[in-house]
Amino acid sequence: MSTATTTAREVTQLGAGRSRDRSTGSLVFLGALWFSLFFGVAVLATLIIDTVISGAPRFDANLFTEYQSTIREESTGFRAGILGSLWLMVTTAIIAVPLGIAAALYLEEFADNNKWYNRLIELNLQNLAAVPSIIYGMLAVAVMALFSVQRTGTVIGGALALALLILPVIIITTREAVRAVPTEIRHGSLALGATVWQTTWRQTLPSAIPGIATGTILGLSRAIGEAAPLLVVGLATVRFDPTGLTSEITALPMQIYSLASESKPELQTAASAAIVILLVMVLGLNALAIIIRNKFTRSW
Amino acid sequence: MNATNPAGPPRVGAGQPGVPDLSHKVRPGESVIKAALVTAAVLSVAITFGILFALIEPVIQFFRNVPLGDFFALEDNPGAQVGAAVFPWIAATLEVTAIALVVAVPLGLGAAMYLSEYASPRARKVLKPTVELLAGVPSVVYGFFALTFVTPTLLNKILNLEVNFTNLLAAGVVLGVMIIPTIASLAEDALTAVPHALRQGSLAMGANKMQTTLRVVLPAAISGVSAAIVLGMSRAIGETMIVALAAGSQKQLTLNVTEGAQTMTGKIAQTLGGEAAVGSDKYYLLFAIGLTLFFITLAINAISITLVRRFRQAY
Repeated sequence: MSTATTTAREVTQLGAGRSRDRSTGSLVFLGALWFSLFFGVAVLATLIIDTVISGAPRFDANLFTEYQSTIREESTGFRAGILGSLWLMVTTAIIAVPLGIAAALYLEEFADNNKWYNRLIELNLQNLAAVPSIIYGMLAVAVMALFSVQRTGTVIGGALALALLILPVIIITTREAVRAVPTEIRHGSLALGATVWQTTWRQTLPSAIPGIATGTILGLSRAIGEAAPLLVVGLATVRFDPTGLTSEITALPMQIYSLASESKPELQTAASAAIVILLVMVLGLNALAIIIRNKFTRSW
Repeated sequence: MNATNPAGPPRVGAGQPGVPDLSHKVRPGESVIKAALVTAAVLSVAITFGILFALIEPVIQFFRNVPLGDFFALEDNPGAQVGAAVFPWIAATLEVTAIALVVAVPLGLGAAMYLSEYASPRARKVLKPTVELLAGVPSVVYGFFALTFVTPTLLNKILNLEVNFTNLLAAGVVLGVMIIPTIASLAEDALTAVPHALRQGSLAMGANKMQTTLRVVLPAAISGVSAAIVLGMSRAIGETMIVALAAGSQKQLTLNVTEGAQTMTGKIAQTLGGEAAVGSDKYYLLFAIGLTLFFITLAINAISITLVRRFRQAY
């Protein structure tokens, strides 16, 4: 991609600054392009500013230490949701990350792409990435039923749904990262007598780690903000801390969803404050991923 | 993400044919590891079949009690126990998606054209992640934003529109904003992949940058660009929280976007978040809707994959 990008730009610079680029039509066109680029950013800014302003009265410690309450609206808190979201994220990562990396390594380093079954896996992954998130919730319910777990809204159920949801993301980004490692490095290792697995484990994987980390963090930041599959898995609003994999929990997005349809202004304020917490978590993870991508990704 | 990215080093993995396997030593550990890796990859296929089975079994249950005609109907059969007609939900879903595309296609393509044809490398490095941040905002946050800002402040006060508290317009517009980065990012990959010889040719013929972009680069990348749009569309169809909050929960067949109407995902979210007892027809109905949704997105995605293939073969 990088080669194509630079050459495209070199060429377009040939045309830069010519008088025919300053015609009215061209300038209007350029203005439209600018507008489309900044429209989204403007919406994001509006969203953040609006939420921060309406949530401002509630930035206090109660937000983190209290449980959700519809009786004492002015001090309702999100302790259960924040802890639940953290539990979910860690459990999701434990399930999805090793699995995703293993599948990606197989597809990139071991699989023969001409075999029909490997092409099937490939096609299937592209499809999975486009399946609506709410469907993954339904799948998690079915998997839980398969292991005859009847209780709904547990850590493990929610984490299962989220792990299935982000698995394609992790596989696809890991494959890209592994593919970007030059073949010469593998050949060098193989020439010294290492086996394919030794080469993969000691040379390819370490070189691909920044890319893998970026993809994993992006996947997890998506998981932490998802509400639809959790709703299907049966997460409700609970008022206690999670204690283990089978304890019932709630999550921050679920609490926001349940508050969003409340009409009392105090609860709306509380929802805005919770959104600010969620945005800090999600956009923080996104920023971390971008920093890793910009700082550690090597161009060979 | 990589679907439309044809560049990168040639695909010669260590396990590819052509790399002679010189080690004749038997290594049992290696085959165990390889088996584990294969299992992980096969699991992805198992998930797809899992989805199908998870959805089909309750659907069979559902159609035992409810006639097919009740489900594939324009309106609910007045005598039936469950309001099962699926078309009002499909119509609302498509309306919201159409509004989202009207917002996201021009803006996403505009952003993509700017990033690939106009932006300096430095500007691009900053602008692209900023646009991608839009995709990072959780959809429940967008839904809340549609409900508390877009409808009361933007539509009611600033644009002076008579809209209901929940309406298709606000849901569609916010959904559109959410899919801008999907379209922009993939379309930009497609535009960047257009060989520079085409741009050189166009500029040499005396075209300016706008003409080159619109008449040469964009048509040359059209299959990749349309794949991006199709993928954005499938995102919009499957999105749940925005429509569950902002599009409302009355099931109705309406073309009036200032009113609310329930979408397919909205119905699933609303019912599973509340009443439906496990094992009732109401509960099974959700799986019938889910399966319909799954097939719709599958069909759309098949179109997108075909488009990407064609686009890859072009050069």
